[in-house]
Amino acid sequence: MIVFEKPKSLTDAELHYCPGCTHGIIHRLVAEAIDTLGIEGRTIGIAPVGCAVMAYNYFACDMVEAAHGRAPAVATGIKRSLPENIVFTYQGDGDLASIGMAETVHAATRNENITVIFVNNAIYGMTGGQMAPTSLPGQITQTSPYGRDVKTAGYPVKVAELLSALDGPEFIARVAVNNVKNVKNAKKIIQKAFENQIEGKGFSLVEVISACPTNWGMTPQNALKWIDEKMIPYYPLGIFKDKSEGKEAGER
Amino acid sequence: MGNKVLMKGNEAIAEAAIRSGCRHYLGYPITPQTELAAYMAKRMPKIGGVFLQAESEIAAINMVYGVAATGRRVMTSSSSPGISLKQEGISYIAGSDLPCLIVNVQRGGPGLGGIQPSQSDYFQATKGGGHGDYHLIVVAPSSVQEMAQLTGLAFDLAEKYRMPAMLLADGTVGQMMEPVELPEEKDVEFTEKDWAVTGTKMQRPHHIVNSLYLVPDELERKNFERFERYRRIQETEARYESFLMDDAEICVVAFGIAARVSKNAVLAARAEGLKVGMIRPITLWPFPSQALKEAADRVKGFVSVELSMGQMIDDIKLAISCRKPVELVNRAGGMIMSPDEVLAGIRKMNGGDNQ
Amino acid sequence: MTTGILIAGFGGQGILFAGKFLANMGMLEGRHLSWLPSYGPEMRGGTANCSVVLSDDPIGSPIVNHPDVLVAMNLPSLDKYEDEVVSGGTIFVDSSLIGRKVKRTDVRVIYIPATQLAHENGIATLANMIIVGKMMKECDFLPYDGIEQAVRTVVSAKHADLFDVNMKAIGIGYQYQ
Repeated sequence: MIVFEKPKSLTDAELHYCPGCTHGIIHRLVAEAIDTLGIEGRTIGIAPVGCAVMAYNYFACDMVEAAHGRAPAVATGIKRSLPENIVFTYQGDGDLASIGMAETVHAATRNENITVIFVNNAIYGMTGGQMAPTSLPGQITQTSPYGRDVKTAGYPVKVAELLSALDGPEFIARVAVNNVKNVKNAKKIIQKAFENQIEGKGFSLVEVISACPTNWGMTPQNALKWIDEKMIPYYPLGIFKDKSEGKEAGER
Repeated sequence: MGNKVLMKGNEAIAEAAIRSGCRHYLGYPITPQTELAAYMAKRMPKIGGVFLQAESEIAAINMVYGVAATGRRVMTSSSSPGISLKQEGISYIAGSDLPCLIVNVQRGGPGLGGIQPSQSDYFQATKGGGHGDYHLIVVAPSSVQEMAQLTGLAFDLAEKYRMPAMLLADGTVGQMMEPVELPEEKDVEFTEKDWAVTGTKMQRPHHIVNSLYLVPDELERKNFERFERYRRIQETEARYESFLMDDAEICVVAFGIAARVSKNAVLAARAEGLKVGMIRPITLWPFPSQALKEAADRVKGFVSVELSMGQMIDDIKLAISCRKPVELVNRAGGMIMSPDEVLAGIRKMNGGDNQ
Repeated sequence: MTTGILIAGFGGQGILFAGKFLANMGMLEGRHLSWLPSYGPEMRGGTANCSVVLSDDPIGSPIVNHPDVLVAMNLPSLDKYEDEVVSGGTIFVDSSLIGRKVKRTDVRVIYIPATQLAHENGIATLANMIIVGKMMKECDFLPYDGIEQAVRTVVSAKHADLFDVNMKAIGIGYQYQ
């Protein structure tokens, strides 16, 4: 009996992510959701610019590589063209919450029937550890060497809270993948974000708090701990909006 | 002219696009092309098509990228400042070898510029426009009839060569009405493209639409392949109209509205006994270099008539290897030359024998 | 034969509409024609003008630099375009809005108090079509036949109720002595 195997929706390509990076876990959760729902043959994914730029080599479904921040616009074009297909974007914090903020907010407010996987690791990974829109106050990065000073660099963007204030989106949640309990919950939530699309409910975004030991300058274990101690207190986990459950953060 | 209808140029593009099977329009408002978007907003929902007003030109062109990746006919339209915003997306579309149509109804620039007609995006359109080595197929209508005709042609060429095409018009041709015979409604029957993302249906390996090649020799090979395709296009797809060129000693070169004004000037010059003709590029890329090269053997000089500070004139000089003088007649910033100004340029060229 | 017509006045006077009517007359006649509006913010309250070319041959420039027929519906338009009219051309002047006379002596001038006539007849917004009516009478390149169909086309199905008033306006202009 097979107790553990690679999801069918992942290719055999070797992941390029750093040791201790949690992108691999998130890829797996997305692939498991696609497998479980039996939608691989009609799923189209959009890769971002950032660490996950080569996600198109890892997911076994059809893939499109988008310009920096534009994945929700590309996904909109594909979904409007092929409404029966399942379309998801996989984006990091610089991509989604900085350069692509307009595309993100407008896809959400249109309640575009797509699934967005938003990986928040509070740093620019691919370019080598610069301050992200989600870097914590005081966080030291290459471009905030004295710690993020909110007086000059402003405050982190709380994407889940921000988007849940809109009338449009169907489902907004934040999860983490730093321990077994959180991973199990993330799996459930990511699957729901795909189910929503299958059921035609609309825009579903899952913010995944993720670790970047390399650019945080930590061991993988300490990075997972840092998520508990620093990230989650600032970015609380939970479901922020779920229209079908009557949870309307933006309800007026 | 039984089948003709009276239409604005911008509307003729929209109707022609629909008739040629385009069912996806994604845009963002800007003067002077708004009639096109308005027409699409009205028609698309009634024929099962997609009309979407995006949050920006940047989003619109990336939506176009998404639709193009699925292999469907798709277009966007804008005017000069908006086209600048689209350049990143256009570069990605070219780098991913996807077909689409981009309409630029030009206005004066640079910056926010004005809203009156211009041809000052010639360089941007014909030399690539965004980052990287690439070209667009560029068609330049000079009548409402051609707005309709060249829309279909641009779609066909874009799909044939898997590259973006641009219809480069100007505010005048966009805003004017003329009788137009619209193309027949084309069957929108769709054939799956063997490169498109439509879902694997678990029957084939996954398709990847991508412009990222981190291995330099792979990227170089992609560029070489693309430019081999461009070379074939330059050899076979250049289009132009030749007007009174048989015995011409002076060749006026103009496109779009400038060609319409120049036609009056050519006729006026003929009435004065000057042997003048005109070559009107219909495709700006590929540029009709061969026709100009051959003309250079026979004429004593050229007059480039442009609504810019002089951009096409460079391509004329390249085409004729600077063998003959080229006079520039130009207006900029939304101004249009009169036939008299073109005539003055023709006379100047004619008197330039002894220079 | 090629006739270049320039209609000019304030935005809101129906300058473009009058041009569209003439263009549609040309369509019915099966002639070559072009209609080119000034566009942009000037349409909303500033000055507006519209070039219409009617011709038996394919049309070169759709821009009327030197009109054969000028319709001036306000003083700035007459000031701006009077000198551009070709010698032997025709100028229509809305004499209820333009106090001065045309200075040129080499053109035919037709004065008609179109705005005043429009007010008197309860069709205040249709001075433009009153002038068009007068043009039908005075210009041999515009036959009176087919006028109903042209009016029907320009008012469009959505505004079919405006057909009668437009016909009335044209009639007033046509009969004005």
